[in-house]
Amino acid sequence: MPQASILLIPLLPLIGFLVPALGGKTIFKKQTGWFATFLLAVSTALACSTAWNYFFSYGKENGIYQKHFPFHTTWLQLTDTLSIDMGILLDPISALMIVVVCIVSLMVHLYSLGYMKHEERYAMYFAYLGLFTFSMLGLVLSSNLFQIYMFWELVGVSSYLLIGFYFERPKAVAAAKKAFIVTRFADLGFLIGILALSYQAESLDFVTLLERLTQPNSTYLTQATTSSFLGISSITWGCLLLFMGGAGKSALFPLHIWLPDAMEGPTPVSALIHAATMVVAGVFLIARMFPLYALGAPEVLDIVAYTGAFTALFAALIACTQTDIKRVLAYSTMSQIGFMIFALGVSGYGGTAGLGYSASLFHLFTHALFKAMLFLGAGSIIHFVHSNELKDMGGLRKSLPVTHLTFLIGCLALSGIPPFSGFFSKEGILLAAYQQKPFFYGIGLFTSLLTAFYMFRLYFSVFWNKPQQNTDRIAGDGGLTITLPLLILAAGTCVSGFIPFGQLVSSDGIPFSSSLHLGFAVLPVLLAIAGISLAFLFYQKDNLRAAYWSEKLKGFYKTTYHKFYIDECYMYVTQKIFFNLIGKSAAWIDRNIVDGLLSKTGSGTQVLAEKIKSFQSGKLQSYTTWYLIGIIVLIGLFTFFIH
Amino acid sequence: MTTPGLYHILTISTALFFIGIYGFLTRRNLITLLMCIELILNSVNLNFIAFNKYLWPEKLDGLFFTLFSIAIAAAEAAVAIAIIIHLYRNHHSVDVESAEELKY
Amino acid sequence: MNLLSLLLLPLLTAVVLLPLKKEVVIKGIALTGSAFQLFLTLFLYSTYRSERNNGNLQQFLFQEQYNWFPSFGISFHTGVDGISIAMLLLTSFVALAGILVSWNIQKMTKEFYLLLLLLSAGAYGFFISLNLIVLFFFLEIAVIPKYLLIIIWGSGKNVYSANKLAILLIGASALIFVGLTGLYFSLPPAVRSFDLITLSQLQIPSELQRWTFPLLFTGFGIFSALFPFHTWVPDGHSSAPTAGSMFLAGISMKLGGYGCLRIATYLLPDGAKEYANIILILATIAILYGAFATMLQEDLKYINAYSSISHCGFVLLGIGMLTKAAMSGAVMQMVSHGLMTALFFAVIGMIYERTHTRMVSEMGGLMKVTPFITTTFILAGLCSLGLPGLSGFVAEMKIFSGSWQNTGWMHRTLTILSCASIVITAVYILRAIGQTVMGPLKDASYRSFKDASWNEKTAALLLISGILAIGIAPYWLQELIEPGVEVMRLKMGIN
Repeated sequence: MPQASILLIPLLPLIGFLVPALGGKTIFKKQTGWFATFLLAVSTALACSTAWNYFFSYGKENGIYQKHFPFHTTWLQLTDTLSIDMGILLDPISALMIVVVCIVSLMVHLYSLGYMKHEERYAMYFAYLGLFTFSMLGLVLSSNLFQIYMFWELVGVSSYLLIGFYFERPKAVAAAKKAFIVTRFADLGFLIGILALSYQAESLDFVTLLERLTQPNSTYLTQATTSSFLGISSITWGCLLLFMGGAGKSALFPLHIWLPDAMEGPTPVSALIHAATMVVAGVFLIARMFPLYALGAPEVLDIVAYTGAFTALFAALIACTQTDIKRVLAYSTMSQIGFMIFALGVSGYGGTAGLGYSASLFHLFTHALFKAMLFLGAGSIIHFVHSNELKDMGGLRKSLPVTHLTFLIGCLALSGIPPFSGFFSKEGILLAAYQQKPFFYGIGLFTSLLTAFYMFRLYFSVFWNKPQQNTDRIAGDGGLTITLPLLILAAGTCVSGFIPFGQLVSSDGIPFSSSLHLGFAVLPVLLAIAGISLAFLFYQKDNLRAAYWSEKLKGFYKTTYHKFYIDECYMYVTQKIFFNLIGKSAAWIDRNIVDGLLSKTGSGTQVLAEKIKSFQSGKLQSYTTWYLIGIIVLIGLFTFFIH
Repeated sequence: MTTPGLYHILTISTALFFIGIYGFLTRRNLITLLMCIELILNSVNLNFIAFNKYLWPEKLDGLFFTLFSIAIAAAEAAVAIAIIIHLYRNHHSVDVESAEELKY
Repeated sequence: MNLLSLLLLPLLTAVVLLPLKKEVVIKGIALTGSAFQLFLTLFLYSTYRSERNNGNLQQFLFQEQYNWFPSFGISFHTGVDGISIAMLLLTSFVALAGILVSWNIQKMTKEFYLLLLLLSAGAYGFFISLNLIVLFFFLEIAVIPKYLLIIIWGSGKNVYSANKLAILLIGASALIFVGLTGLYFSLPPAVRSFDLITLSQLQIPSELQRWTFPLLFTGFGIFSALFPFHTWVPDGHSSAPTAGSMFLAGISMKLGGYGCLRIATYLLPDGAKEYANIILILATIAILYGAFATMLQEDLKYINAYSSISHCGFVLLGIGMLTKAAMSGAVMQMVSHGLMTALFFAVIGMIYERTHTRMVSEMGGLMKVTPFITTTFILAGLCSLGLPGLSGFVAEMKIFSGSWQNTGWMHRTLTILSCASIVITAVYILRAIGQTVMGPLKDASYRSFKDASWNEKTAALLLISGILAIGIAPYWLQELIEPGVEVMRLKMGIN
């Protein structure tokens, strides 16, 4: 049975945040990093043992993975039926997620020990990392819809703090702000979705809520499907709005604009938050609520699928033209999340129909490992050449041997070349799409081709292309703290594909075996190789082919390079409409109309007083005259009208 | 010739009263104003006496009230003349128009 | 425990200050007095808890009654329930913090502290009174010192703002007074009373409620920035000295919210139900419009003042929603906003003392030089935008979930609209943080800034501890407030 010691998994990183934040940095000084890393290592060990025990000892009952609640307490009673609980829900996906979060976070901690060594705010950096890890673990372990929302906001704010870590750079500040506000906007949908769903289910607890809203003949479900707003039923609204929240965090089109800018943060942070963990929170949320989507609101699941597929394609196209190494990786992350999301979208509930679900989470797992590795590698490269731009790189394979090797493994995995992990998870997704909705299979194939192309464009541009540079500086890889995480993650990328994932994670908790169809795998792999070859032709040597083709496709190239002008549209809406039109006019109306009316009342009184005061002339005889007139009028009144 | 009745006397006192009012409203000289006030007061006194005599001959209230108001009028005249003298010292005039500092 | 001690302690401190001359002694005594006051309210809270735990189910505890003007039914009747204790705790926290941050006041120190003490005495008296006229009396006491604080120690257009504030608030008092006396004289002579408990047990005719409720609610609403009578808020707050703004936003605006809830809504439930829709619309306008108007403000104090309009809109929204959760959310929001906004004004004061400007565009990079102050600033900002773990989140979520219990389309629309303010709040808060705290250092002279001094640190930590206590473990506040709201709910027959 699971122990309450699971609580320690999120709480240890919290200590890692509190101690430096409350002044411990003066005690620990440069040891803060080691302190935080140590705490996280303990957490990781606990997380791994928890997951191991869950999957292989007590998790299954009668062949079905059960949900366990090792810890549960009421935090705030909202209404008579609804309460925000703080609890831990242990099931296959949360067990999987704690492992992913802990491992990637530990690697990033290790890497940062060396990478951030010379930063002035070194201690605060680790404090923020601790805060993030705590919030992310809290998020994945949540047992309650409102609890997940709370941690959701907390990861948002830690992401804000970490993107804005170099707060002296205006670009970083702007990016942090943008990231927070865009995701906040999505969270608005999330919040309203929570309110709508919880009102219908009269519960915020995941298990109760899902059960009440998915039982075919429960009164809650009937209620939720019949009550409607603007002609759409409550449950559809709720699911749609929840998905909006997820789309914001997971940078799905059209709420993706914050992710590329978020690369202003330190590179290890990008690896942790904006590649491996936080951005997949949306995928996790949909997976968590999956029975509701699959059984209660299948029409929303279609929207999920289309959004995911579109994002996958869209981001892959943009990734082909970007010149900033981190931005290419960011768009590739978006594209891969698009894959995970549409895999969920095409999945059915239960049995082998749920292959999409398993494949999606499998891809989440493998992607977290190799994308974190790619980002960390990019960090080493940037550190070595002091630039993010591809044009400043080239021929680095001898200078950065370890980075080169791991980066290559990452690129191969991402392109879906066997036997690396990405191949297996992507095969699962494509197979699920092929079986359920072939349209998405087509998009998936084309995107795979693009993926292989842009990843190897990156690889060749960085490591080949130009002649060797700086041959005298061999030790460009950095110390052991930097190379070790890369190697560990690379090892993970090589072996993790062989995990029989369907045995562990499935939509209804019943393990199933997904066999790999070799024949099916031929086409995607061929396409990937085609993409790689194209990149080889264009970028392996410094030649003009790429420039020639971009000139040929000028209009399209330019649009893609400018990310389809989405940012500009948003800028227009926020600046022109929200700030200038509404904000300015609200301030103006307040000063001039509302306050003006009030002031007018004041000055009106003054004008009136000015008029009246001339009666007070000081002339004795005019007073008397008025007095007399008054008396006569009164006498007249009393004699003729009032008896 | 018959003895004058109540209405004759009331007519005279009314005439006196309005002469006083008219003077009070039109004259500029403060002394004249004071005299006009005396006229008004005396018209009222005349009323008191007349009513006393013709309506309640067995009572003396009207007479007493008249005496009382003559006394008050004397005191009032003294105060008023004192004020007027002070005004004259400050303004070198006893014109009512010149004493309008107390406006607004 | 005798509640009068709560009222007498600040008055006594004020009297002790009168003959003194030495500034240090004056400050010391004022500080000691308010610190004692804080202990006293904490003690009150703990005795209240133990009374309740011992099964004391009376609605108001620690009642005392002294005759004052018996022919009109005016007696000095005091008593507290959970809601008043929450407000008393808030008052004592803010009062102590306010006295701490004005440690460096130069001009007329003694008078300044006297007025602060008088103001807090007014607030204490207001929250413990159970007689409407006495309560009104203390409400007035809390207005006049504000006028003086702004006009003597204020900055900018202080005379204009002080006049505006005093006129609007006294106008509001006039409405309240007409409402109270109207209520009194329209009742049959046999049952006439100003006593809250007696009145609450009466069946006040709906006809009477129909015209007294708007008077009372608008009157108290003006104190709590009811749209469109909110314009005293930005001017008043921005002209007042730091402690003045803290008292104004942290305490006085809560007098209004408390009055709306305790007097208007509790005594006149039919009126409340009848006018609920209008209240909701006005509150939603205040929430959104306050938030939008904040977006482009340049002056930090204006930013906080407009955001106060938006946040106080939530109080009125919660009251107008008439569900138990929303109403207790409204009380939580009062407490939370009081602490948060006082913290905000305190930090703005600290920043102003160093940079001598409050314009966001003229600042930048303060994080580098004054880490404590800027961290506090960010914390206050995050509380304002409703970050979980800080008090704002608890209150807002309580209001939202309570609001959602109303199923009508109008309630839904207004709830969704007011939810939208969490995004706008994020926009203006992050704008303020981004421009003042982050970015490159604006001026080389900033390097000479000292971080917070002991008094500033204590004040900030005091308020932060309150915010965290609510944000991390909200159940104690919930336990305190909910029974009081439950009584109202039973009286109204709503859930």
